[in-house]
Amino acid sequence: MTATETAPAAQAPGRRRLLDLVAENGVYVGLLLLIAFNLLFTRRFGEIDNIRLQFVQVVPVAIIALGMALVIGTRGIDLSVGSVMAIASALLALYLGYGPVVAIAVALLGGAVVGLVNGVLVSVAGVQPIVATLALLVGGRGLALVLARGRLTEVFDPTLATIGSARVFEVPIVVLIALAVAVVIGILVSRTTFGRYLVAIGGNAEASVLAGVPVRRTLLTVYILCAALAALAGVIQTARLSASDPSFVGNLIELSAITAVVVGGTPLSGGRIRIMGTLAGAMLMQLIAATLITHNLPDSATRMVQAVIIVAAVLIQRQRGAA
Amino acid sequence: MTAMATAGDVGRASGRRERVAARLQQGGALVVVVVVTLVASLLFGGRFASVDNLLGILEASSFLGIVAVGMTFVIIGGGIDLSVGSLLALSAVLAAFGSQFGSVVAVALPLGVCGLIGLVNGLLIARARLAPFIVTLATLLFARGLAFAVSDEGNTIFRIDPDQAVIALGQGSIAGIRIPILLAGLAFVAGWVVLNRARYGTAVAAIGGNEEAARLMGLPIARVKAAMYVTSGLLAGLAGLLVAARSSSGQSTIGVGLELQAIAAVVIGGTLLTGGFGSIAGTLAGVLLLNVINNVINQVGTLSSYFQQVVSGVFLIVVVLVQRYLTREQRL
Repeated sequence: MTATETAPAAQAPGRRRLLDLVAENGVYVGLLLLIAFNLLFTRRFGEIDNIRLQFVQVVPVAIIALGMALVIGTRGIDLSVGSVMAIASALLALYLGYGPVVAIAVALLGGAVVGLVNGVLVSVAGVQPIVATLALLVGGRGLALVLARGRLTEVFDPTLATIGSARVFEVPIVVLIALAVAVVIGILVSRTTFGRYLVAIGGNAEASVLAGVPVRRTLLTVYILCAALAALAGVIQTARLSASDPSFVGNLIELSAITAVVVGGTPLSGGRIRIMGTLAGAMLMQLIAATLITHNLPDSATRMVQAVIIVAAVLIQRQRGAA
Repeated sequence: MTAMATAGDVGRASGRRERVAARLQQGGALVVVVVVTLVASLLFGGRFASVDNLLGILEASSFLGIVAVGMTFVIIGGGIDLSVGSLLALSAVLAAFGSQFGSVVAVALPLGVCGLIGLVNGLLIARARLAPFIVTLATLLFARGLAFAVSDEGNTIFRIDPDQAVIALGQGSIAGIRIPILLAGLAFVAGWVVLNRARYGTAVAAIGGNEEAARLMGLPIARVKAAMYVTSGLLAGLAGLLVAARSSSGQSTIGVGLELQAIAAVVIGGTLLTGGFGSIAGTLAGVLLLNVINNVINQVGTLSSYFQQVVSGVFLIVVVLVQRYLTREQRL
């Protein structure tokens, strides 16, 4: 078994190593090329205002993609993140009367509860992740609309306004929050037993059970974590826009987040989590949209180019898997 | 001896339970549809149980139904097709756009393009062996982008001239029944025959159940899989064409999230997302159920339409939990 797998590799080590290198770092290569193109051909791209704008715009997708990467690492998927964003946004507006701290806590808690339901359905009841979280995508959006009575609510609060638009040393607070989340998740994945459990479950759930990995508890935790991060993204989005509109907040963001994760080199088949790649993937997709728009290409072109990038990314990764 | 006898008894008993469980799983959705319909008829009387309202439910179900037939095959074959909602919109736009060149173009253009995108899905999944989820996610983006590109970023809504023959596909009726309902019925009957009586249906289920075993049996895996996605694309295209003909226009914003509704209908109908097993009749029940619930909630004037989403979500959870329990029974 091992012999047959390693034999072809020995025949063409150079070519294989090159393919591996490209496949490993394709997302960074793509990102660097895109940045180089923009520096050369896009006016004002390198200006601090624009750089700040790109970072601020990528924050919600990046935060959600980090949680999604953990879920996908366990060979799962979470389609409900956009609806969780909407629930968090609706709760935030609803409880703002009790002060911003309470409101944010309730919003995050509400998201975590949805994650708990996802986690119980997946880990205890053994429902397939895609179906379980599809149910909460549908039901969750409805719940958010019921909570908000289907209306857009304007959100005025000095604390939230500060979170949404203030800067520390010229860096927007929302970007700092996203960076902090990325660092914590990165440590969680690479330095803790929890991180090792995630990858073990994604690689082979049955073997993990036999090896004594607490599969249920780990899965429960990961779905709660993913939903709590989605709720955080919902809070940030609401704070930035000073408004809560549950029928639009987070619509289809699950697809953007999954795209960022996959383009970043985390396979949908689980067993491997790449945090830096996920962030780069989110930024790549954001910059593609921004580049095409500033060069007067329409929204439709953005979607089509993104589609091609997704297929190209998985094809390159597939090459590596096949090699 | 005694030990063997008891083992046999247990086997027989669990065999019976297994059969009951299997029957429940296949027919469960149908039973629920009938019950919900009867209860609604009792509660709302003529408002719900009128011929007009029931035909309205059938017509509303027909577009989702056509898409769901294709989705059933894809899911039984172990795949998933997220692109159908975008394909429906693309097809509607192309049908309305094409209608200015005559009805033949209005039919051929959308079906051709949607079939082609289905073929791309199929080749990337079957030949390049990429994950169906991510491939069809990409074509979801691509098809929606194309629909926007054709319609000047959604700013142009093409109209279909009322004297074009293609209008009849959406608005005509035969024996008092609208043509979309008839076509959806045809799609379900054809789907049932192919799945249960044709070699192709057996091949799809075999591949979804165990691809490696199917390969060893000598089934043409790539061809069967590619055909699955082409069919799904064509059916989504047909549904879009009918929507355009029904509304005399093609809008690029329709069909968002339709893929999820179709998957939900298929799952409610007892088809397993793991592949290898499923039922077309169940999918029909699933589609009808979603629309009956929708209609009932509209009848209760005091309930906001958002409750429909909450109810659908809760319903889906209950169904998959029951299914999960039943399939566990089968395994015993």
